[in-house]
Amino acid sequence: MSSKYESSHDRHGRTRAAGDRRADAPVDGPDLRAEGLRLAYDDRVVVEDLDLVIPTGRVTAIVGANACGKSTLLRALARLLMPKAGTVHLDGRSVHSIPTRTLAQKLGILPQAPVAPEGLTVIDLVGRGRSPHQTWWRQWSQSDEEAVHEALRATAMTDLAHRSVDELSGGQRQRAWIAMAVAQGTPVLLLDEPTTYLDLAHQIDVLDLVTDLNRHQGRTVVMVLHDLNQACRYADHIITMKAGRIAGEGAPADVITAPMVEDVFGLRCVVGEDPVSGTPMVIPMGRHHEGTDSTAVPVSGTTG
Amino acid sequence: MSTDLVSGVGPRDGVAVVPKGRTAGRIAFRLPVPPVSGVVRPRLLGVCLLLAGLAFLAFSVETSVGEIDLPLTDVMKALVGTGDPATELIVHELRLPRALAGLLVGVAFGVSGALLQTVTLNPLASPDMMGITQGAGTAVVAGIVLGWDGGMGTQALGLLGALTAGLLVYVLAWKRGTTGYRIVLVGIGVAWICTSATDYLMARGQRFQAQAALGWLVGNLNGRTWDQIGPLALTMAVLLPAALLLGRQIRTLQLGDDVARGLGTRVQVVRVAVLLIAVGLVAFGTATAGPVAFVALAAPQVAQRLAGTAFPPPLAAGLTGAVMVLGSDLAARKLIPDTELPVGVVTGVLGAPVLLWLLIRANRAGSGG
Repeated sequence: MSSKYESSHDRHGRTRAAGDRRADAPVDGPDLRAEGLRLAYDDRVVVEDLDLVIPTGRVTAIVGANACGKSTLLRALARLLMPKAGTVHLDGRSVHSIPTRTLAQKLGILPQAPVAPEGLTVIDLVGRGRSPHQTWWRQWSQSDEEAVHEALRATAMTDLAHRSVDELSGGQRQRAWIAMAVAQGTPVLLLDEPTTYLDLAHQIDVLDLVTDLNRHQGRTVVMVLHDLNQACRYADHIITMKAGRIAGEGAPADVITAPMVEDVFGLRCVVGEDPVSGTPMVIPMGRHHEGTDSTAVPVSGTTG
Repeated sequence: MSTDLVSGVGPRDGVAVVPKGRTAGRIAFRLPVPPVSGVVRPRLLGVCLLLAGLAFLAFSVETSVGEIDLPLTDVMKALVGTGDPATELIVHELRLPRALAGLLVGVAFGVSGALLQTVTLNPLASPDMMGITQGAGTAVVAGIVLGWDGGMGTQALGLLGALTAGLLVYVLAWKRGTTGYRIVLVGIGVAWICTSATDYLMARGQRFQAQAALGWLVGNLNGRTWDQIGPLALTMAVLLPAALLLGRQIRTLQLGDDVARGLGTRVQVVRVAVLLIAVGLVAFGTATAGPVAFVALAAPQVAQRLAGTAFPPPLAAGLTGAVMVLGSDLAARKLIPDTELPVGVVTGVLGAPVLLWLLIRANRAGSGG
């Protein structure tokens, strides 16, 4: 499995950083990968000829400009979108050939900005995460109850369990949804912009929670993020996308450089070091703040 | 559920205890053998029992009143077969079919409305707002005017019409997983097409045919007979358990198509199944009693508010529907002395304010549900 992983990278001549990291990653975890993906809505092609391997047991962030296809890619990984060509494999099987219920026990997806019906309580929402483990006669087994309570605890939602989701604050609401995905108990968790519509404190709150889920529960996490600095800080592996293709992937320090940001986002910037985490920190230039030396292309401040 | 009643909020080692809040209305139960488990909501259970009691009361009164008012005790005796022969004849041949028709039609309409409102996330998406009832109406009127009336013919025609209308709405609005207003707007369009077709048929038909059709179109429990009850009862015996078995999947659909699919629900399959169940219930209900107005729209919403749930509970909605139809029929027969109004007139008068209230509420929420 490992050799196959590396050969796919050699073939495309991309960075080996992720492959090198794999030596210390758990070998028996879930293996999620895509080959030759072509994704389109009707006739509009969004992603073309994309190969991808998600590092097992790590947090992966997919970043890129608006409409670059990152959410589309995540939807395809979660079998919410049928590829026009190519396949997504989980543990060697095409996700579209795995019965949807079986897949739902292995791979969870939290779409962008989900909406709960009015009056639904947190515990009922989280309980619905157990759906793939339930049958019509077994709707609240011991393991269902334990998983739900554990998910509530992990997301610090225990005290709010009987509140209705629509009366929570934005941050609490997002934590409730993540709790639902956690209760689903899948080794792989896909999150589409989990920090959307949240203020900065709640964004950090949610991302810290994602890190907990990865470190303490060993879940493989793939998330689409907008904020590059947060992606650098919270992801072990970054995939940058441009116009439906992968522009770069690897450890944040290897991938996030000033030329790459300019290429992918069309934004001139300085890349420094995050004083707290030591990860790359992107500082945009903008037209009004470059000072006298405005014509000079800034030197990349990549950290080693 | 009598053995091993485990509290859903009980303390557990190493797991934080969920406090019993003011809305902690759920009790988990778990049987060791067979391995059955689930969550009971005491308030929902209480509401269901209360509604069942009310429905039973209305059913009993419905069998006791008529041209000759019989005392309830005599009716009960007649029902269990120990009354005098004359009373038994009246109860069995005249009163019982009517009361049963009211009960079954109410349940069928209530459940179908609850199912459709749940999967579309739209409180306005009931069969009478989506053209399904009107489709059944057009087909049955066509039967009356073109001369295929009576018995199994009406039921089959109702089913055909409802299926056609339901399919049309599905193809035009629903196939891509559209929820919200689109489905209601398309439904209103389909409903008007059917209504126009019905009007055309009525204008073409003989006067006595048009009169028969009109009497039926208002929604009427007058003169129901046993052979109209049978097909409806049989349909419900199949479709109601199917609806309840799909409950878990239907509830995941409430979280949006993507979340539901992520939770392993086969979204399109469940949606088509729900549509077919709802169409079947409405078709046979309509064929039995005509398109009794507003029951399918209002009953689920009333039941949801009574039970305090986040979705229209199907069983409670069915019982609410039964209470509404039977209660309205009693009112229709007794409110104005010496005139018997068709039941649909009363449900219409009661239902219109409910519709307005829903619209005002939806507007205030800014989402339309």
